[in-house]
Amino acid sequence: MSMNRKATIAALAALTSIGLAACSGTTVTSAPSNAATGSPSSSGSAAVFTPTCPPGQLDGGGSSAQALAMSTVVAQYQAKCANTKVNYDGKQGSGTGIKNFYNSQLDWAGSDAAASTKPSSDGTVEADKIKARCNNNPGWNLPAVVGPVAFAYKLSGVNNLALSPQVIADIFMGKITTWNDPAIAQLNSGVTLPSTKISVMYRTDSSGTSYNVSDFLNQTAPSTWTTPADKSWKGTAGEGKQGSQGVADGIKSTEGAFGYVEWKYATDSNLGIAAIDSGSGPVKLTADAVSKAVAASGNVVGTNGDQSVKIDFKAGSAAAGAYPMYLVTYEIVCSAGLDTAKTAVEKDFLSYLLSTPVQKSLTDQGYAPLPDSLRTKVQSSVDAIK
Amino acid sequence: MFAPQPQGRRGPQGGDPPGPAVGPDAQVSPGVGLDPQTRIVAPTLMTPPRKGPDKAFSATVTTAGWLVVALIGAIGLFLLFSALPSLRANTANFFLSNEWNVGNQTLSFGIAGLLWTTVLSSVIAMVVAVPVALGLALLITQYAPPGRIRTWVSFVIDLLAAVPSVVYGLWGARVFAPVLRPVQHFLQAILGWFPLFGPGVASPGTVFAASLVLAVMILPIITALTRDAFAQTPSDQIEAATALGGTQWEVIRLAVLPYGRSSAVAAAMLGLGRALGETIAVMLILSSTNAIKINWSIFAGGQTFASKIAANAGEFDSPIKTGAYIAAGLVLFMLTFAVNAASRWILARGQVKS
Repeated sequence: MSMNRKATIAALAALTSIGLAACSGTTVTSAPSNAATGSPSSSGSAAVFTPTCPPGQLDGGGSSAQALAMSTVVAQYQAKCANTKVNYDGKQGSGTGIKNFYNSQLDWAGSDAAASTKPSSDGTVEADKIKARCNNNPGWNLPAVVGPVAFAYKLSGVNNLALSPQVIADIFMGKITTWNDPAIAQLNSGVTLPSTKISVMYRTDSSGTSYNVSDFLNQTAPSTWTTPADKSWKGTAGEGKQGSQGVADGIKSTEGAFGYVEWKYATDSNLGIAAIDSGSGPVKLTADAVSKAVAASGNVVGTNGDQSVKIDFKAGSAAAGAYPMYLVTYEIVCSAGLDTAKTAVEKDFLSYLLSTPVQKSLTDQGYAPLPDSLRTKVQSSVDAIK
Repeated sequence: MFAPQPQGRRGPQGGDPPGPAVGPDAQVSPGVGLDPQTRIVAPTLMTPPRKGPDKAFSATVTTAGWLVVALIGAIGLFLLFSALPSLRANTANFFLSNEWNVGNQTLSFGIAGLLWTTVLSSVIAMVVAVPVALGLALLITQYAPPGRIRTWVSFVIDLLAAVPSVVYGLWGARVFAPVLRPVQHFLQAILGWFPLFGPGVASPGTVFAASLVLAVMILPIITALTRDAFAQTPSDQIEAATALGGTQWEVIRLAVLPYGRSSAVAAAMLGLGRALGETIAVMLILSSTNAIKINWSIFAGGQTFASKIAANAGEFDSPIKTGAYIAAGLVLFMLTFAVNAASRWILARGQVKS
């Protein structure tokens, strides 16, 4: 069954790539200068990368949060490299992706969180398993796709809304229940707020988005949001909906609704997106504002080539013009030990994924580009993969 | 399934299947009528098979039968043994609590809310679906002229069963539930003082909406089974009622309904079994809540056993956490088991009567 499916996917991918190759003249920018070296230009601000297209096949899978980004980039990459096969299955979810990676069914894993270094309840340590899979070389967590999270609302007549982290936490805990609450009015002078009841929506299923939003609230409004970050939502107000689409649909169909959802879902459903005001004026959700926040708050805590990030949401909120609510998704790879052909494809594909034009193009899919400070670090790790 | 092949009103033809007494057969054996079991089980009282192929076939079907029983037993045991460690570690009252904290070291979970939502949604679905299904079955077998209308109505209803439940879920959540809002507001305006119609969740994802979608989903199975039962009403009974000057409704009331009653009840119970276990459609439509206190309103949100397990299946990362969900699954298993057993019992009792 799964063999059949894989074959079908491969066949489809092949067909698509042939089709796309035929019109590859129209695809994303590429600079010819550094095609020979296959490494990014050292100018930093606009690292363009032209794939070298080594022959081979590379299979990845896991996080659904980066599925849209990956399918876009894979399609672009395949359009340039018809003889290189790259697959990403974003239906598995992060945990399963990591499992399939260390069980050698995948060549790399996409994940919402870095591979765990602590034993799970059945005693397995993801990082150790990955090390064993990579012929005793450590795995590296490489942040590659940044997903902004929107605080979305449906309120007729209100097109611009600013909320502070404290107010957001109060709404999610049921302490602020109407839209014309003084705390909201204070942040929105000049806006006529209706007395509509606030209907809170959140994710029923456990998700990395819930984890990051509760982490954000726990760091920026600790007196109200007292529980630590958790994949299942701990807010007491409102109602849960299944999946991001469920939350977006719920908000769309309910006047006065408020919830958190990935950027793309909010824009696709034409929902209002609240600006975040952390004390120095409201900042709207733009790719640029998120990149600024990543630069200010996405601190690399990994060592020896690992680039795991710990997000300091307070620092992100304090930075000027930064929209602090985002999540980072990783590509988890072997630092060494994959066979030579696969390693060549992996380095080529990841360099392409990290190149500036490709990162910028992800904005259309609801992602934000990695800031250059972090991008160059991750690129140096990719270059160091053996 | 348990209903014998439809024979229309023509009475028995050829091999008489061991099933409800059909037509003249029921009348010509008054002595046996006192103890119909004898007649039904009579074939097994014949001498056991002696020839090789007979023996082999008999052994095969016996094994198949026991295998199914063993399978159900194994599932039950699996659920029980997976759930026991978590139930032992549970600090809350399993049946009376509505908490669900299984992520941390201390386990506290209870199924009160799950049980309420599951039973409430299924009961509302039954209340809506059973009368409609009975009406449709009567329309198809008694009122519609034989031919195109009868075929088409049957066909369309059977088609409802072919729609995947995920499609029902998406349709329910995105199209049907929002359309239901005026109905909800109307009911709340006149009956809002009654707790069952009290204020609930803000979005359209109410138990009410989920129940109505469940009703549509169980409609085909109930209709099909009652239709088959009504179609087998002995024609001489119908003719007798007609001969006595009965109107069509009187014929139905005196001949058709009593004959098909036990089948209809059993069909309803089978539909109930399906409603209790429906997962994906409910999960997509129904809003969940984190509130500890149960909201009794049909316009509240909630989770059923099945939707709760499915929504969290991606996070079964430790045996003790999984065990908590399996414990909920065990209760659902026993609930559906009881419902199915009851339907069998009613069906068997009805057969004896007829």
